[in-house]
Amino acid sequence: MNDDARREMACQELVDVITGYLEGTLPVADRSRFDAHLATCSACQEYLEQMRALVRLTGKLSPKSLEPATVDSLLGAFRRWRDSQTRL
Amino acid sequence: MGPTTEARSPEADLIDRLRSGDEATFVCLVNTHSASLKRLALAFVSTDAVAEEVVQETWLAVLTGITRFEGRSSVKTWIFKILTNRAKTRAIRERRTINFSELEDPKEPDQPAVDPSRFLPAAHPTYPGHWASPPEAWSASAEDAVVGREMMGVLQRELDRLPPGQRVVVALRDVHGWPAAEVCDVLGLSEANQRVLLHRGRSRLRGVLEAYFAENA
Repeated sequence: MNDDARREMACQELVDVITGYLEGTLPVADRSRFDAHLATCSACQEYLEQMRALVRLTGKLSPKSLEPATVDSLLGAFRRWRDSQTRL
Repeated sequence: MGPTTEARSPEADLIDRLRSGDEATFVCLVNTHSASLKRLALAFVSTDAVAEEVVQETWLAVLTGITRFEGRSSVKTWIFKILTNRAKTRAIRERRTINFSELEDPKEPDQPAVDPSRFLPAAHPTYPGHWASPPEAWSASAEDAVVGREMMGVLQRELDRLPPGQRVVVALRDVHGWPAAEVCDVLGLSEANQRVLLHRGRSRLRGVLEAYFAENA
């Protein structure tokens, strides 16, 4: 283990690597430092919970939808395409 | 491709139904993918109306291309790559090339996830880099329906205000639930750059919600 891997993770570093932690891409040594810090820091526990809450809330936003007129015009284009195919 | 004894994949069935002009299949594809196509288009073009046009052009290109489609990628990936190419062409015509550089190299300028002034200095004798101003717990009023609706409005607005690269990555990952690998594939991003954009976007949105709850506690 090098010095870096032994060094305790500070809160400021934790907020910078949190996405890697949530993505599961953090190197094993950093993940251990992350978990060790988290176990003793309620502020970072709160920060992690807020990031998870944000992801949950963002998942509840409505996706962008197409204008009904665009959908209608696409359907018209599809039917013209289909008819031109069957004539071939 | 001749007759085969292997079972047909659902993907091959989908291609066959589309080629044979099955309207329900086309409508289903349009309904499934148009929202994320439009979101992707908005990473490159500036207005909702142009994004709609690009999505429409993409579906027309799908129809004319499906007879030649060779199945070297999934139908979904193929459709999204058509859109990306068309949106980029359109963006070049609009002279909006700044977004590509943001997608290709999101490292600069570096933005911290949290304002550095909220941490103790690195030279602090006992707690270097620890919270000086820790995040406050989000109020229970988040559970309140009225507050919840207002907060979701704030979240939507701020998502739309993110720089285009961050916006498209956060939307595809967190609104549309795409896996990281698909986002990288469709946008031509490295895994690391995808993560940088996701991290910046999420960190900024968390900060916005933190400020919202602090004001509305």
